[in-house]
Amino acid sequence: MTSASTHNIEFRSVSKTYGSVTAVSDISINVPKGAFMALLGPSGCGKTTCLRMIGGFEQPTSGDVLIDGRMMNGVPAYRRPVNMVFQQYALFPHFNVEENVSYGLQQIRPKLANAEIARRAGEALEMVRLGGFGKRRIHEMSGGQQQRVALARAIVNRPSVLLLDEPLAALDKKLRSAMQFELQTLQRELGITFVLVTHDQEEALSMSDFVCVMNAGTIRQIGRPEEIYDHPGEFFVADFVGKTNRIEGTLEPGGKVVRMADGGALAIVARPGVEPGPVVVALRPEAIRLEHRPARMGEITGVITHRVFLGSTAEYSVAAPGIGDVLVTADHKTMTESDLIEPGATVTLAFDPAAAHVFRGTANQVTTR
Amino acid sequence: MELTPKAKKTMVTAALIGPAAIWLFVFMVLPFFAILVFSVGERAPAGGYQPAFTFDQFANLGARAAAFVNTLTLAPIGAIACLLIAYPLAYYLAVKVDPRRRLLLVSLVVVPFWTSMLVRTYSWMYLLGARGIPHVLELIGIENVRLINTPGAVLLGIVYGYLPLMILPIFVSLEKLDRRLLEASADLGAKPISTFFNITLPLSLPGVMTGVALVTILLLGEYLIPQLLGGGKVFFIGNALVDLFLQSRNWPLGSAIAVTLVIVVVAVLLISMRIAWRFAGTRQIDLV
Ligand SMILES: Nc1ncnc2c1ncn2[C@@H]1O[C@H](COP(=O)(O)OP(=O)(O)OP(=O)(O)O)[C@@H](O)[C@H]1O
Ligand SMILES: [Mg+2]
Repeated sequence: MTSASTHNIEFRSVSKTYGSVTAVSDISINVPKGAFMALLGPSGCGKTTCLRMIGGFEQPTSGDVLIDGRMMNGVPAYRRPVNMVFQQYALFPHFNVEENVSYGLQQIRPKLANAEIARRAGEALEMVRLGGFGKRRIHEMSGGQQQRVALARAIVNRPSVLLLDEPLAALDKKLRSAMQFELQTLQRELGITFVLVTHDQEEALSMSDFVCVMNAGTIRQIGRPEEIYDHPGEFFVADFVGKTNRIEGTLEPGGKVVRMADGGALAIVARPGVEPGPVVVALRPEAIRLEHRPARMGEITGVITHRVFLGSTAEYSVAAPGIGDVLVTADHKTMTESDLIEPGATVTLAFDPAAAHVFRGTANQVTTR
Repeated sequence: MELTPKAKKTMVTAALIGPAAIWLFVFMVLPFFAILVFSVGERAPAGGYQPAFTFDQFANLGARAAAFVNTLTLAPIGAIACLLIAYPLAYYLAVKVDPRRRLLLVSLVVVPFWTSMLVRTYSWMYLLGARGIPHVLELIGIENVRLINTPGAVLLGIVYGYLPLMILPIFVSLEKLDRRLLEASADLGAKPISTFFNITLPLSLPGVMTGVALVTILLLGEYLIPQLLGGGKVFFIGNALVDLFLQSRNWPLGSAIAVTLVIVVVAVLLISMRIAWRFAGTRQIDLV
């Protein structure tokens, strides 16, 4: 599926090395037009490198980058139809807000009329709700306002793709969620393809149409947020995206039971293709129910060691023999106050066997953050 | 005795700036005051100074117009020549060079300071003199080339001597320039030349102004280079001052010239600071 009309950005077996360091290795991605894609991964996994290759600040060591179906190898940044919101905004300190925003318009040849430039810069500022701030100097703007100036500056030329490198990382929690909402709205209004780099998995899940999970220079999984969360392709993805419990054991023939080191059995449903042998099971904390009854076949029991009350939910830490500490999240809606279980209680950990994800490998073979 | 916090603060301040203040007072303020007094006095019949209150000396400045003209043309021209050579080099060192070799190359810039300015200028005197380059040219048939004792020789000496002082401040301002601003500019569609004039140059202006002010001010008081490379022909205010104080012993005229020179220096400093402030864009401005 490589049609120029539907794919905004295409990576074909792209690798990038710096001397002996491999930043990105053999990556292929297609980003559809108008999509909001998040690049998610731990620090140093190559997210920024990917973005910089789209922006034209780095050239791939091998492979091709295409934008709107056009080969971009060797095309300098100033000739690419993409704009970038830089991590620390990189606003020009010697220009005021309006001059920053109109900078991109000033570069267009043949030159635009001044009135046209002023009108379009004004529009962009309106769009990020900074109308009337045009004459302010950059250092007179707050962090969140600077962030919006950077956004306005990047969208003023109506790029085909907008690249955002952790644009919200420097903001406090409240402002960040407000800006997340604004970014999403803006993306829908403009219909521009957004590629957002983040190492905040909640941000990636909540904002994007597609999440691309990276680790150590490779893509581990691409999919819709709910796909990534509910059907992680490997343990790393399950572990990095959201919280997860890791249980090691041996998958028995038949694919229904994982035998743990202490002999205990765990009832699961392995996907077809997972061969019997050493496996790692990923189990989401919210997939587990704590029940006051004896364990049935394939379930485990444990003793609650800690409880953290989080408002709408409560987190329990349960010590289970053969596994270690298991994290369980209980929804507060189904609880009255008396439903909170006290530490020290012995409980059964019940879960739907299909909710457990079984991956081949042992702990040392599994890459973790 | 218990000191109040305020008294303590005052004492710390005094301890920090006291030595410098005393030094400056004794060796700068007092002499300058003396020069001011001399400048409105009269030349004693036997030379030196006798008290009076007259502005005759300032009216007489015209007698040394040549020194003023030489200084006020060659100092700025020299500073600008330094700038034109220093900027590309500083740009190369700060932006283009492999960061691992940067420190080494920058230290090479200051290597000339390891020998005395006198020795280095003296070597130029020999090189440009009749037995130097002109002699070599003669051997290959080019005759009657005169290099020494010309404005060109003085300019050459100036650029040679002051180049490092221009390179360093420009290098510093270019080196701390945020590379992402250049990327942001390119990202927004600016060609490299446009990025240079819109971003790099304006943001390095504080360094440029520091270099220009530093070199110009030092040049306004230059004595050695015109003396050695300009002979008696291309002389600066500094040379005129030596002449007036030590040879013709007209202290009041010398003082009037010195006072005028100080006024010019202060004016140059203020103007260049103003320009740097305007372009720096940020509230604070580093002079280095
Ligand atoms: N200019 C460079 N020279 C050498 N190595 C580099 C360079 N840029 C990046 N790398 C290396 O490439 C790898 C990927 O870096 P990259 O900046 O893409 O990571 P990232 O995913 O953006 O991380 P973070 O979340 O910390 O920003 C890292 O190991 C990094 O050390
Ligand atoms: Mg990064």
